[in-house]
Amino acid sequence: MASKIKVPNSPEAGNSSAALSKEEIMRYSRHLIMPEVGMDGQLKLKQAKVLCIGTGGLGAPLGLYLAAAGVGRIGLVDFDKVDLTNLQRQILFDTNDIGRPKIEAATNRLRDLNPDIQIDTFETRLTSENALDILKDYDIVVDGTDNFPTRYLVNDACVILGKPNVYGSIFRFEGQITIFAYPGGPCYRCLYPEPPPPGLVPSCAEGGVLGVLPGIVGAIQAAETLKLIIGKGESLVGRLLLFDALAMRFRELKLRKNPECPVCGEYPTITKLIDYEEFCGIRGEESASPAQAVPEISPRELKSRLDRGDDLFILDVREPHEYQICNLDGHLIPLGELSRRVNELDSSREIVAHCRSGKRSAEAVEFLRSAGFRKVLNLKGGILAWSDEVDASVPKY
Amino acid sequence: MAVKVIIPTPLRPYAGKQESVEMEAGNVREALAGLTTRFGELKKHLYSDDGRLRSFVNVYVNDEDMRYLEKEETQLRDGDIVSIVPSIAGGARK
Repeated sequence: MASKIKVPNSPEAGNSSAALSKEEIMRYSRHLIMPEVGMDGQLKLKQAKVLCIGTGGLGAPLGLYLAAAGVGRIGLVDFDKVDLTNLQRQILFDTNDIGRPKIEAATNRLRDLNPDIQIDTFETRLTSENALDILKDYDIVVDGTDNFPTRYLVNDACVILGKPNVYGSIFRFEGQITIFAYPGGPCYRCLYPEPPPPGLVPSCAEGGVLGVLPGIVGAIQAAETLKLIIGKGESLVGRLLLFDALAMRFRELKLRKNPECPVCGEYPTITKLIDYEEFCGIRGEESASPAQAVPEISPRELKSRLDRGDDLFILDVREPHEYQICNLDGHLIPLGELSRRVNELDSSREIVAHCRSGKRSAEAVEFLRSAGFRKVLNLKGGILAWSDEVDASVPKY
Repeated sequence: MAVKVIIPTPLRPYAGKQESVEMEAGNVREALAGLTTRFGELKKHLYSDDGRLRSFVNVYVNDEDMRYLEKEETQLRDGDIVSIVPSIAGGARK
């Protein structure tokens, strides 16, 4: 369903912002000389209000292109601070920004790029309490977040408010892009009624991401946003675009509106925002993976027991390429191979399992205990905590 | 029928790191069964404990969602491409 798109807002005659200054005409000349944009389109861009949720990997190219294109009002939502690991892909920030709130660094960068536009900042986590209030003033919402609860929250809020949600998500070298909640079109829940249970799908922190991938996906989100505003071309409404940077291949799948969708279907059962952490099976700060339940050992305790000469078998459940970055001289069995390589382990010995942060190894401990291993401990906080508390020469990643 | 099943990035670690698998299958159910027989680890990622396909995993035959065809009974023809498309959430990992 490659529907012809409608214009979410049109320039109002007599509005003082419905004109371009001489300098703006020069700035946007490469738009103005194209019939698909022209003066009409540029004025629509100037009057458009777009909310970018997240200013990270996807939000960076998105914010830059929307600001450069002259989108008159851009809202930014983020609560995070810039850190060193962001710079591999979050091109809004530079090394001097480390430690600064992302929203502040992003605003400065976008203002430098285009001083004529208005930037609204929301230095907060998007929640069920504040979402409708933050979203209501914008024409289009662009979802550049990184977690399932916020994805469902943004979707439901967009459906409730009737605002298109320009969606992009990424994993390693693969991206998905579409437009949800466009009037008459499908929403995120039509595609995925429920999120995966925590722990079953690796996060970007575990899975990694090719730095340029969010650049490509975020730029496609920007293109779709600009097209929605100027009302030209064929939008991604009803189409899921899949991009594989490794194969360098785009594919397209049909997206249908589900008549039984709980939020946008004929008889919706969700008519207001819910508790999305609970919906996604996440409670409190940490995910509800088995991490809390399994027996643990702290890095300091492990160090002193090793120094004492205790017989401990160190099991590393990370991937081989992670082992190359740093290791504790443990026996490597990636979590995904543990069930079929369990015979490599001696259940009579005391085993300490570890990974990067302690999450995968908690799963490993739980699995081993269910397989009859009695003396298995999880290294609390993983190799990251080992670096913090025991040996700072072990690099963190 | 000779079909190709495309495995998405998040599931490749459980499928011998393969991008796609060619196999003989008459319908979607057989194609997925063929896959989980070959790669046992995949099973818990595709199916819940009660044996139903997980709701965050969609299966497409060519460019059409099997939920709008005959679901797992959807017949396959030679050359069809079956895609497994799970939800991914990444964007701006903090």
